Amino acid sequence: MDSKKASRRKFLKGGAAAAAVSAIQSATGQSAIAQTPAPAKRSLKDEVAYGERSPYVNSVRIAVNDRPSPDEFGLTFHVLTPLQDSVGQITPSALHFVGTHRGAIVPDIKPADYRFLLHGMVDRPLEFTLEELKRFPSVSRPHFLECLGNKSRAEHKTVQQTTGLTSCAEWTGVSLSLLLKEVGVQKGANWVVSEGAEEVKGAGSFPLTKAMDDCIVAYGQNGEAIRPQNGYPVRLIVPGFEGIYNTKWLRRMKVVDKYYMTYNDYGHISTDPKVAAFNLQWGPKSVITSPSGGQKLPGHGVYQITGLAWSGGGAVKKVDISFDGGQTWKEAELRGEAHRMAHTRFGMNWKWDGQECVIMSRCTDELGQVQPTRAQLAKIFNQPADYYHDHGVQGTDNTVVPWKIASDGSVTNGIA
Amino acid sequence: MALRSFLVPVTILGLCIAAWAQSPTYGLGNPPSPETIKSLDIAISPDGKELPAGHGTATEGAPLFVQKCAACHGKEGYGGRAPELIKPATPPANQPPCLSPCIRGANVMAIHSPYATTIWDYINRGMPFGKEGSLTPNEVYAITAFLLSKNGVIPETQVVDEKNLPQIKMPNANGYVLPDYKPRAPRPFAKF
Repeated sequence: MDSKKASRRKFLKGGAAAAAVSAIQSATGQSAIAQTPAPAKRSLKDEVAYGERSPYVNSVRIAVNDRPSPDEFGLTFHVLTPLQDSVGQITPSALHFVGTHRGAIVPDIKPADYRFLLHGMVDRPLEFTLEELKRFPSVSRPHFLECLGNKSRAEHKTVQQTTGLTSCAEWTGVSLSLLLKEVGVQKGANWVVSEGAEEVKGAGSFPLTKAMDDCIVAYGQNGEAIRPQNGYPVRLIVPGFEGIYNTKWLRRMKVVDKYYMTYNDYGHISTDPKVAAFNLQWGPKSVITSPSGGQKLPGHGVYQITGLAWSGGGAVKKVDISFDGGQTWKEAELRGEAHRMAHTRFGMNWKWDGQECVIMSRCTDELGQVQPTRAQLAKIFNQPADYYHDHGVQGTDNTVVPWKIASDGSVTNGIA
Repeated sequence: MALRSFLVPVTILGLCIAAWAQSPTYGLGNPPSPETIKSLDIAISPDGKELPAGHGTATEGAPLFVQKCAACHGKEGYGGRAPELIKPATPPANQPPCLSPCIRGANVMAIHSPYATTIWDYINRGMPFGKEGSLTPNEVYAITAFLLSKNGVIPETQVVDEKNLPQIKMPNANGYVLPDYKPRAPRPFAKF
């Protein structure tokens, strides 16, 4: 045996013995130095190349309920972000939610092979490599993404299930409006069709006015390259719009005169002008992440009520919290910077008296739009107040999510 | 003469301004070849201008459906785990649960889609599962004709091609509205 190794082993053994002694000493308060915690387990990859989170942190994504992942075809469908464990306003890339078309594959795109074609009703169609996109001036902004399927239901137990198909990351890339100016959009153009490179070539149409406003052809997510599941090497960010328009693995955009209605669009159309009005762009929305379903308050006393608020219409202006099922509301604090179309952390000091109650949050955005309760939404559609107990919300669901706190401190879904 | 010599420089100046306003600032990227555009230009407009030449009938589509579609969508176009493609006259009892998003009944594509081009687009774009992009244009026309015919939209004998596919009158032709989107403005109806 290598003598160096042997002596190292001896040293480590001695270290363990010393640590045991230290533990005893610290317990008796003899030595301040001895109170230093034992060294964490470490690997070279972790310590130098790419850091891992603590082994004591075990927050994970889960597959969406009604379609197991992988499914019987071996495909992963939607995957939910653990909002109940979130702190701050940014979702770690490894925990970002994933939505797919029919459980699409994640394509393996070599960065050198990547091309983005911008064509259609333009003066000069152009094809860009990844390297060329990075030679344009970049923008970095936090934006939430949210799947149309993010609909809370009475049978959901946790906030991950009611609301986990939304996440927020800092996205870096080129302004789409800049690229559109480079190719010269022609008169008569009204829509764009964007398309991904995966096997189903997911494509969607959205208004040119949005494309010229604030979209990003993004290659960065939270300070590094976009994760493969989230569109590596390049995806589109259409701030505030339904997730499906934020085309992953972006390979092409065509500037066109009319609505194209590819398969993705078709799945999202509606015959009802009210439902249509609630599609495309998300309304103001918020959810309390703690205390939330599945958690338990150990007893009466002081707690923080905290959660996330966001809106497709712009920045969050204020968040209110109700403790009586929505009859009265108290304004919460915004506990982070309120960016346009981005998760914004809110909170409130709260002293729980040990009585049963229903807590919920309500977001108002910079346009003055207010998040509805399920009863308020039902009224718009001429339905009874409890209609959405058994029915899914039509279009985008930005309804208030209530949590019921029992006198024993257990928290459950409060959808009535 | 005097007038003409005055107009010429004005015209040239006007052209320069127009050209300057529209010229690229960065000069990055490459003009794609016509072949590159053609090979990628697969999103089909409701007016069908991107459709390739080709044709097919329901009769030609029937064996293709059995071969390429039935395994997931069911032998009769319903009862499979994948979305229902042919609406049964009466829904069978004990249907297996379908995969989310579950598409059945009135949501069957040939009945719900306002445009026949959308059906062509999706079959061409994303089918069959695992062998996407392997169908020839004629096969896509034939399978589209088969689904339209089986759902009672066109006669079994109709030859569907790039010219008449966009003309097919769909049952839900006027059955959708687009959101009236205005940037940085509140959504209509949403006053709470």
